[in-house]
Amino acid sequence: MRRYVLGRLLQVIPMVLGVTLISFVIIKLAPGGFMTVMADNPDVDPALVDRVRVMYGLDRPVMIQYLVWLGRLLTGNFGESFVEARPVMAIYLQWLPNTLLLNVLGMCCIFLLAIPIGIIAAVKQYSRFDFVVTAITFASEALPSFVLAMVLIYAVALPSHGAIPLGGIATYGVRLGNAGLTAVLLDRARHLVLPLTVVVFGGLTGLTRYVRSSMLEVIREDFVRTARAKGLPERVVIYRHALRNAIIPIITVVGQMIPAMMGGSVVVEQVFGWPGIGLMTLRAVLQRDYPVIMASLTVGAVLTIVTYLVVDVLYVVVDPRIKYS
Amino acid sequence: MEEVSLGKAVWRRFRRSKPAMAGLAVLLLLCAMALLAPHLATHPYDDMHTEDRFHRPAAEYPLGTDHLGRDIWSRIVWGSRISLSVGFLSAALAVSAGTLVGAVAGYYGGWVDVVVSRAVETVIAIPLFFLLITIVAVVHRSVFDIVLIIGLSTWPRVVRIVRGEFLKLKARDFAEASRALGATDARIIWRQILPNAIAPVIVAATLLIGQAILTESALSFLGFGVPPPFPSWGSMVSSGKDYLRDSPWIALAPGAFIFITVISFNFVGDGLRDALDPKLKR
Repeated sequence: MRRYVLGRLLQVIPMVLGVTLISFVIIKLAPGGFMTVMADNPDVDPALVDRVRVMYGLDRPVMIQYLVWLGRLLTGNFGESFVEARPVMAIYLQWLPNTLLLNVLGMCCIFLLAIPIGIIAAVKQYSRFDFVVTAITFASEALPSFVLAMVLIYAVALPSHGAIPLGGIATYGVRLGNAGLTAVLLDRARHLVLPLTVVVFGGLTGLTRYVRSSMLEVIREDFVRTARAKGLPERVVIYRHALRNAIIPIITVVGQMIPAMMGGSVVVEQVFGWPGIGLMTLRAVLQRDYPVIMASLTVGAVLTIVTYLVVDVLYVVVDPRIKYS
Repeated sequence: MEEVSLGKAVWRRFRRSKPAMAGLAVLLLLCAMALLAPHLATHPYDDMHTEDRFHRPAAEYPLGTDHLGRDIWSRIVWGSRISLSVGFLSAALAVSAGTLVGAVAGYYGGWVDVVVSRAVETVIAIPLFFLLITIVAVVHRSVFDIVLIIGLSTWPRVVRIVRGEFLKLKARDFAEASRALGATDARIIWRQILPNAIAPVIVAATLLIGQAILTESALSFLGFGVPPPFPSWGSMVSSGKDYLRDSPWIALAPGAFIFITVISFNFVGDGLRDALDPKLKR
């Protein structure tokens, strides 16, 4: 077991190197960029452009730049933002909590909804409930999150006369300093309603469908029939015997959800003006703020790779039938 | 017993699924719409009728006009060309590249397979959307660029499917038999194994088209799509965002078209899955 985990951990290193190298080279090879914007400005002295270029090490070959960047990364330093002239790490940490808030809450809601819905749909296969769940699953897979956001703004936020805000994360001036804790929490909650709905609706279907099909498979297995034959109550059969086994493949889906949420947060955060990592990255892209873009890509990739690793290891831990090789 | 060709048998099973048939009908209509765009559009897509800005849907403007007085129906009709061509072309690119690499990796195994698998995992690990907007921000953003980028970012998924099928099929008797008869590797790969692995590839391709259309619409919603004034559905939704209160049709009409198009592809993909191989049923 320890050898298996260690081996998988070692595989992470070349993958992270690969991802960062690919991202770095793509960004550097791309025409245009922050320095071009500066150099094209007739008011900027060409000597200054050269000085800035040397200052950021942009005059050196791409591979050297990558190695320098990598070396800094090992000390937890993502470099300095071109636009904001402060450490990327500080910017990142400033925006990260908002993304976490939205997505962690979203994950919790998705779990609380998807698992029972999937179980009921499976237990009552072909019932009206199952039919409705399947229909909604199809609909949500084809509905882009920004279109859902438009519908929600039109049908919920606008008619609510400000009770549900159109966007943003807080009403200006409502802080713990001048408003009570309840007022602040209520204000944050009102702002969360729409973005959270979009996040949950988008992530719900994948998990629901997995729970349903995994449950359907397990229900037909011999040990479930045995449990029924022993005369155990249906509740115990479903929630003790079947669910425990059905839950294993769900680990994979969760593993896929975490990276998907990172990417999806770009659209949700843009629509609702939610100040998180997605919006930060979007702005950085528009301003060609490469150190910030690289930070987003790297953190996202590491998160994905580590999630897959954890999923693989969890699989072995949860299901002793799986041999690690 | 009557003998039926594979195509006919698949069609027979496909026909039984109502959603799949409905999806197919809608897709044919959409394709006709894209092909006949000049005849179906009631106005030029970039004509600004400044006196008729924010016109509600009416006889002259079937789906209303936008904030610049452009006819939304005409823009949707022309925009279908972008959505459909990006969908079909990028799926075609992903499927052909993915099939080639997946087939070679699955068939030969060994170090080829190890290298390909790790490379695929690495590409999958890159947060796709961040990278997409990064690349799209710096290229010219012609339809072709967008096809290339979406296709290149989705092909690893096809590799996984094809590789899995090849791993399974290469040990089967029919492959062994043709090897024993002295068939070349290329012949076994393309003539023997691939036809047997084609079902999941076709299903994946159909679903990829829908996915690509969703990705394109999200890119253009964020302002990284085909540049204006050429209409793309995503950017049309985005332009209607600020006028939802009084002119909801600007954002909602193109949004509905994205939804209908993608769900149709998904219905067809699902119908194909059931029709091609009943065992694959989810």
